[in-house]
Amino acid sequence: MYGKGLRPLSLITAASVALTLVAALFWAPNDAYLGFLQKIFYVHVPLAILTLCGFVAAGLMAIAHLRTRDPRWDMRSYVAIHISLIFGVTVLITGSIWARGAWGHWWVWNDPTLVSFLLVMLLYATYQPLRFAIEDPERQARYASVFAITAGAFVPINFAIVRLAPAYVHPRTLSNISGNLPGRMQVVFYLALFAITLLWITLWRFEMTAKHVAAQTRRLRALLGEESDEEGPVRRSAAPSLTHAGSVS
Amino acid sequence: MTRPASSTVVLALLRAQLRLELRTFESLPAMCLFSVTAFLLFHFGLDVDSLSGNLASGVLWVTLLLAALLAINRVYVADAEQGGFDAFVLSPAERSTLLLAKMLVLLIYLAVVELVAVPAFAILLLEPSLWQALPSMLGALVLGNLGIAVIGALVGALAVRTQARDLLGPLVSLPLLVPVLLGVARWTAPLFDAPRAGAVALRWPLVLALYDAIFGLIAFALFDFLLED
Repeated sequence: MYGKGLRPLSLITAASVALTLVAALFWAPNDAYLGFLQKIFYVHVPLAILTLCGFVAAGLMAIAHLRTRDPRWDMRSYVAIHISLIFGVTVLITGSIWARGAWGHWWVWNDPTLVSFLLVMLLYATYQPLRFAIEDPERQARYASVFAITAGAFVPINFAIVRLAPAYVHPRTLSNISGNLPGRMQVVFYLALFAITLLWITLWRFEMTAKHVAAQTRRLRALLGEESDEEGPVRRSAAPSLTHAGSVS
Repeated sequence: MTRPASSTVVLALLRAQLRLELRTFESLPAMCLFSVTAFLLFHFGLDVDSLSGNLASGVLWVTLLLAALLAINRVYVADAEQGGFDAFVLSPAERSTLLLAKMLVLLIYLAVVELVAVPAFAILLLEPSLWQALPSMLGALVLGNLGIAVIGALVGALAVRTQARDLLGPLVSLPLLVPVLLGVARWTAPLFDAPRAGAVALRWPLVLALYDAIFGLIAFALFDFLLED
């Protein structure tokens, strides 16, 4: 069912990402201090917001999984963390480039936002190894949800605490937006946020669709009595399989 | 069958774990030895004879945190390997009593380790006298230990029945413990300032207490799901 409407969604996403790039590169004014480099802001900040929101959303999906015991919620949570991890890596890379340009260093320790983001990424980097280390799929799903909820709660708390450390150099994005970003920059920023949100949702739905198709194919093959293409002992996997519940829709 | 009172269950579990430790000495001696060795490592690694301020506070707390990992990795091993979990789930006891018992065990371990490690640190590395820092440091030790115990008891249970428990325990718990480290290290740093102790910022005790409380609630809410099989 996940494939429904995926084509129009993909087209809208591609169009809004393209529009954002054009607007950011040609329409938005150059920053007075940073010049052209400031344009990376339109990619970096929305990606970071989406990464963190994705982690929190994965925690909420994990709560739904523990409440309903429906393995599809575990799959949704897994895919959300997966997409957010990929987004997070791009945030670290674009952030590093920005830091190098603006402050002259690839990494700056006295900036709480940067440090807490790295901390969150290091925590979530253990999500897949944790799943991989548990063989029983039902227990794997349950333990992964416990992790996703704990880590999802950690994200906002961690940001609040690390921010208490005294030194600030990072621009306070959201307060800047309402405060002193000039009009055009503000429009482009919200456009970028919208486009990247769509990108996250589209990628999430693509992966969900792929996982469901794979599960359904496996189930149909089993019904036909075909030989499994994975010979020998069953391989361990970090990804939820959906087969253990027998319900694929 | 009537349900036994939670306090009875917690005390029984606590007694069992402490008796196990007294018979096998699996965790405590290792933790104490590790702490003193770590101070030596810092002495040679940093090439300093005495520490004060931020550096002293950081060295002390990083050492205690790493020593705590030894206990976090071990605290559920007997339950996982010798059927303790199964027996406990079959008993009519409330599930969360096990979490509470393990938190208390970790708190006791940490207190014992600190009885060794803090004086050793004062003798080996600390430049100002320990006595000036001790009164306000006790609060940091209590709230810091509480944070380590809460997160350790949850992550220990999460990691113990995986195939890479020795790796996953530290990898998952260390990022979660960074705010605790930040809180206690910033709290005690002015106490270790060289000529005379500086003032403690009030926000660190508050932040630590809040963090401990939030993760305590999360641990109690989620622990049941780690036990059912």
